[in-house]
Amino acid sequence: MAARKTTKKPNVSKDELLHYYREMLMIRRFEEKAGQLYGMGLIGGFCHLYIGQEAVVVGLEAAANEGDKRVTSYRDHGHMLACGMDPKGVMAELTGREGGYSKGKGGSMHMFSKDRHFYGGHGIVAAQVPIGAGLAFADRYLDNGRVTFTYFGDGAANQGQVYETYNMAKIWDLPVVFVIENNQYAMGTSVKRATKSPSLWERGAAYGIPGEEVDGMDVLAVKEAGDKAVAHCRAGKGPYILEIKTYRYRGHSMSDPAKYRTREEVQKMREERDPIEGVRQILLTGNHATEDELKGIDKEIKEIVNAAAEFSKESPEPALDELWTDIYAEAG
Amino acid sequence: MATEILMPALSPTMEEGTLAKWLVKEGDQVASGDVIAEIETDKATMEFEAVDEGVMGRILVPEGTEGVKVNAPIAVLVAEGEDAAAVPEAAPAADAAAEAAPAGSSETAAPPAQPITPVVPNEPDIPAGTEMKPTTVREALRDAMAEEMRADPTVFVMGEEVAEYQGAYKVTQGLLDEFGDKRVIDTPITEHGFAGLGVGAAFGGLKPIVEFMTFNFAMQAMDHIVNSAAKTLYMSGGQMGAPMVFRGPNGAAARVAAQHSQDYAAFYSSIPGLKVAMPYSAADAKGLLKTAIRDPNPVIFLENEILYGRSFDVPVMDDFTVPFGKARVWREGSDVTIVSFGIGMTYALEAADALAQDGIAAEVIDLRSLRPMDTGTVVQSVMKTNRCVTVEEGWPVASIGNHISAVLMQEAFDYLDAPVINCTGKDVPMPYAANLEKLALVTTAEVIKAVRAVTYR
Repeated sequence: MAARKTTKKPNVSKDELLHYYREMLMIRRFEEKAGQLYGMGLIGGFCHLYIGQEAVVVGLEAAANEGDKRVTSYRDHGHMLACGMDPKGVMAELTGREGGYSKGKGGSMHMFSKDRHFYGGHGIVAAQVPIGAGLAFADRYLDNGRVTFTYFGDGAANQGQVYETYNMAKIWDLPVVFVIENNQYAMGTSVKRATKSPSLWERGAAYGIPGEEVDGMDVLAVKEAGDKAVAHCRAGKGPYILEIKTYRYRGHSMSDPAKYRTREEVQKMREERDPIEGVRQILLTGNHATEDELKGIDKEIKEIVNAAAEFSKESPEPALDELWTDIYAEAG
Repeated sequence: MATEILMPALSPTMEEGTLAKWLVKEGDQVASGDVIAEIETDKATMEFEAVDEGVMGRILVPEGTEGVKVNAPIAVLVAEGEDAAAVPEAAPAADAAAEAAPAGSSETAAPPAQPITPVVPNEPDIPAGTEMKPTTVREALRDAMAEEMRADPTVFVMGEEVAEYQGAYKVTQGLLDEFGDKRVIDTPITEHGFAGLGVGAAFGGLKPIVEFMTFNFAMQAMDHIVNSAAKTLYMSGGQMGAPMVFRGPNGAAARVAAQHSQDYAAFYSSIPGLKVAMPYSAADAKGLLKTAIRDPNPVIFLENEILYGRSFDVPVMDDFTVPFGKARVWREGSDVTIVSFGIGMTYALEAADALAQDGIAAEVIDLRSLRPMDTGTVVQSVMKTNRCVTVEEGWPVASIGNHISAVLMQEAFDYLDAPVINCTGKDVPMPYAANLEKLALVTTAEVIKAVRAVTYR
């Protein structure tokens, strides 16, 4: 990955920078805690952590308006926190408790929030892509000016339904931003081994969809690209593709030893490109915040995450009769 | 040498058609490839080209004639200089069809063109004295969609050829004209994609009707039907689901072989979160489809290409609906219960007619919806008849009949005087050859045989 290009943009306020810092740190601390709880056996099944990719959702959420929608894959904790879902409800879903967003019936990979316009949380690679276009289809049909962020990974980018969706999204000029979170590994297969395409976003050209590559370790670059994509959609010009180059520090899931890459590669990324450290440096060097202020934020976030963890342990398991609820919606 | 021109079969399910227009008149020169007539099939109006050359000697079937059987002579072509007047009158068009049918089919009688009238018009959904109007299943389905689209602006229909082509099987005929291209949407050939897009639209507040040209193609969309549509309500703890209908023809049509002839009734009925309806009559097609569109859950609506053209009485009512989970007893009887659904009802009712002549009174139950399934009506009936035969077109393993058998074992074991027999399609991919296809499908004769076995008569 290229060396860092951007530092502080002149038009970025102190408040914005602090917001990005806070939001990204929240995701990181939350995920670290989730990893811990998994190790303690409190979280079961698959658990895919977002550590390293925080700038992607935080930058794009900053480009979204209230009412805009988002949908993603199973690596979804970061998206949920960034769109304003309650960390307690997310963590309690991870532990399979009544207080979770899906009452404990969805788990890490299947979470939703109608209030926050978060449409999952989908466990089948790339299935969220046509669903995201469908959400945008509904918005266009209802003419409400909303935009849908449809996130998927570099692995999903090789699924056929992505291209079926591109085709329809352009035919009908749907207001959807396709966000390819290219973290460079589809589970254990590096993107270089999975495709000979020089870039993933350029595949959109075959369907008439514009796009661009974005430095996903730089939250300001992500925000700027997000603004451009959203403006394109809201202007009625149809879909836009952002291929956001990012990196996950942890394995694909908790059970992945990540033998397919070197420790050095991961270490280098953490040291040189960490998105949180990047914003921290801008805050400090630009005299927007003192070390003490940032420590204060760290402490505050730690408390929120600890409270979420506590809640996720204390919230009871779902009542046994929940087994039989929510299979069918009642008419009316 | 005079050559007879025969009524052509222009679609897999066409048994008869309308000779809409002659484009040549007697005495005209005809070259091979000339369009000589327009023929209306069950799906579309087609141009009919001459194969041989000659002079149009005699037109045997005037234009505008309806119900001309496939293979009936419609005109006679003569060689130049031959006397057209010397050509003898052909046998009446309607009688000629059977003789020309392939040899393999002569053993089985052709299915009746008209449905059998129920002995018991047990239709609790229709008030007594309601005016009834003969309607094809195809029209009934279209009317159901049109009525629901008028009532609810969030209902839209999407699929391949649903709009400008007016429906591959003409089910969506006229909808584009009435509702426009915002609500009647042609998709590219992309089942996986548009099924998923439909699910997203349902999450987003719309009520999509997703048409599959046939359910065979929905195999490509199975992930979205099962994983995305059926499970989201549960996975979201009740926050959001997919209020939508997946509909289209299901099961064998005619001579379209293995990849185009499959009954998915049992497949979809095993999925919690889906509802499954499979109508036989036009009234049920209309009433169940309206219910399906209003239902807040994903509904699999299994139609049948062969039934599309059949006519049944449909009640003339402002808002006629048929609830899910309520079977219809088409015929009462005390000797045996025959349970079926969809096109299987054709065989069930034919068998009941034949058996009645031998003094065996069969009670015939149409399940109408498979999930939820009205097993209560079946159990009640079997408590009276003590015998049961199920009839379906699908495969025998893990069939709907298997499920009913299991329910009867658990809930009516002491009432059974004979093992339940499941009449199903054979356990083979559908063959193409006419004779083998007939063998692969369930038949009326098999239903009769099964009833004789369970009644020991």
